[in-house]
Amino acid sequence: MTETNQELIRIEDLFIDYETDDGIVHALNGVSLTLHVGETLGLVGETGAGKTTLAKGILRLIPDPPGKIKEGKIWFEGKDLLELPEHAMQEIRGQSISMIFQDPMTSLNPVMTVGEQIQEVIRNHNPELDKEELHAWSCAMLEKVGISADRIDEYPHQFSGGMKQRVIIAIALACNPKLLLADEPTTALDVTIQAQVLDMIRTLKQELNTAMMLITHDLGVVAQNCNRVAIIYAGEIVEIGDLRQIFKRPTHPYTIGLLESIPSLAKDVERLNPVKGMMPDPTDLPPGCKFAPRCKFVCERCAQRVPDLIDIGDGHMVRCINSKDTQSYASTRE
Amino acid sequence: MQETRELLRIEHLKKYFSTPSGILHAVDDVSFVLDEGKTLGVVGESGCGKSTLGRTILRLHEPTDGKIFFDGQDITGLDKKRMKALRRDMQIIFQDPFASLNPRMTVGQTISESLIIQGLVDKQDKRSLDKRVAELMDLVGLAPRLINSYPHELDGGRRQRIGIARVLALNPKFIVCDEPVSALDVSIQAQVLNLMQDLQDSFGFSYLFITHDLSVVKHLSDEIIVMYLGKMVEKAKTSRLFANPLHPYTQALLSAIPVPDPDFPVNRILLEGELSSPINPAPGCRFAKRCPKACDKCREADIPLKEVEPDHFVACTLVR
Repeated sequence: MTETNQELIRIEDLFIDYETDDGIVHALNGVSLTLHVGETLGLVGETGAGKTTLAKGILRLIPDPPGKIKEGKIWFEGKDLLELPEHAMQEIRGQSISMIFQDPMTSLNPVMTVGEQIQEVIRNHNPELDKEELHAWSCAMLEKVGISADRIDEYPHQFSGGMKQRVIIAIALACNPKLLLADEPTTALDVTIQAQVLDMIRTLKQELNTAMMLITHDLGVVAQNCNRVAIIYAGEIVEIGDLRQIFKRPTHPYTIGLLESIPSLAKDVERLNPVKGMMPDPTDLPPGCKFAPRCKFVCERCAQRVPDLIDIGDGHMVRCINSKDTQSYASTRE
Repeated sequence: MQETRELLRIEHLKKYFSTPSGILHAVDDVSFVLDEGKTLGVVGESGCGKSTLGRTILRLHEPTDGKIFFDGQDITGLDKKRMKALRRDMQIIFQDPFASLNPRMTVGQTISESLIIQGLVDKQDKRSLDKRVAELMDLVGLAPRLINSYPHELDGGRRQRIGIARVLALNPKFIVCDEPVSALDVSIQAQVLNLMQDLQDSFGFSYLFITHDLSVVKHLSDEIIVMYLGKMVEKAKTSRLFANPLHPYTQALLSAIPVPDPDFPVNRILLEGELSSPINPAPGCRFAKRCPKACDKCREADIPLKEVEPDHFVACTLVR
């Protein structure tokens, strides 16, 4: 994989709230994250952890109201995206950063042919092209994602779920973006189709040297596709590191719990050992460590203040004050 | 271990639907036996007929052909009234905890409804009704304070627990579990799977566990059926199926699952194309179109299931 240490995007201390009638939902609480050129970062978390909010926040697609980007910086190519005027942001969307949404059934326009939908994004960023050039470009994109160019004039309903997701990927990659935000790109697909689509994303990513943030709740998908992994819980990154650091030496109690929750195909486990309880209400987060109420390593100090993200070696960062204990627990797990 | 007793026997079950474009073969000649206290997993991708199979067994769909024996009795032709009495023993947990609960009924009402319909508790006898509902909520791990909550106030995991409590209320022998944990997050999914295992240990339920998730089915099942476009392509004890998958579809399915371990050897069999249409299927193996090993023989006639080792059945021309 063409991976360099050249920084592509740096998110610093991002806070995003949703101001609803039922109170303020603290969706992101100080997320900091760096992605390098060509790298694939897996962002893992459960429903409501803030995964999608982070991706939409990067593209400034958070609906306002109720969403509010409270503070933070998003550095991309030397500029802070949060300071850019709207028209400059519009230039970036689809051109330098693009996004694949979760549901292939609803993210295509049902009354436009797939060809028109691919051409739309190309035309927006390359207004000088004429009709033939646009047509040729969109046909090439369709072929690239494994769909015959003969189908360019068909409508979304004529495609199956896996094919629709391919069309969406063609749209996302049409302008050769530097960063692809893929929000659960294969969750709605069957496993054999998921394998096809992930395989294709991997090949294209390598060909175009695109960096990707792969948002998913499926740790299997992460293990097979990512270089680095960030685990997000209640709007905070609780652990981040290289693929092997996270899977071989999980250290945050939540990461350990997630790994113990999945029934394994490789090993025989009599009984699963899930994290007890549920994610806290985002309008009423506990003080201190947000995972403390569900944690089996909890101590008095956990509730006093939000623990810092500390480096436990080689860039493996963990937000837990008991990381020594949890690590020795995790090492006995194997 | 006590001796196992046969609870459910399915013989050549078929369910066809007629559609404007032809006959849709949703379930096409499925046979199996499920013993008391055991779990049979049914695995396949969307559209393979696994949910239709579960519903047809409960006669929520009328079978087109074939026989269903429950507890020694042929229930295929039973009338509505006798079926209603049987429903006490045969229940279903639905996939979507958001759509399968009545939004205008509280948790308590939902759980007590089946008790009242089946006449297990007298409607007037509020005290024993409340007592039974409280017992059931405790059993599935729902806090007593939630008794007057409405489904929209609860998260997916809790809603699925209501679905389970409602089924337990009747103390059935057989439960069809139609993707009961697919809509849940992994940590909640694991909680619900543990609960279902505990309940089976204490009450001796038999489960027909329908899912697309092979790791879940491996964790729970004693035996597994793999379905493709309405046909049973392979059936084996769980350990055998994973150790020695023989049908090319089973092999591809197993290899397609992303394993959460970066060191796991990835040896993926990538299938070409997608599921073909189940409407008026051509004779021969349904999987032949996508099969990397297909030959002319596969397209001639339907392939019967063959027993290749004790209790391991495969429908494939290549296997002898």
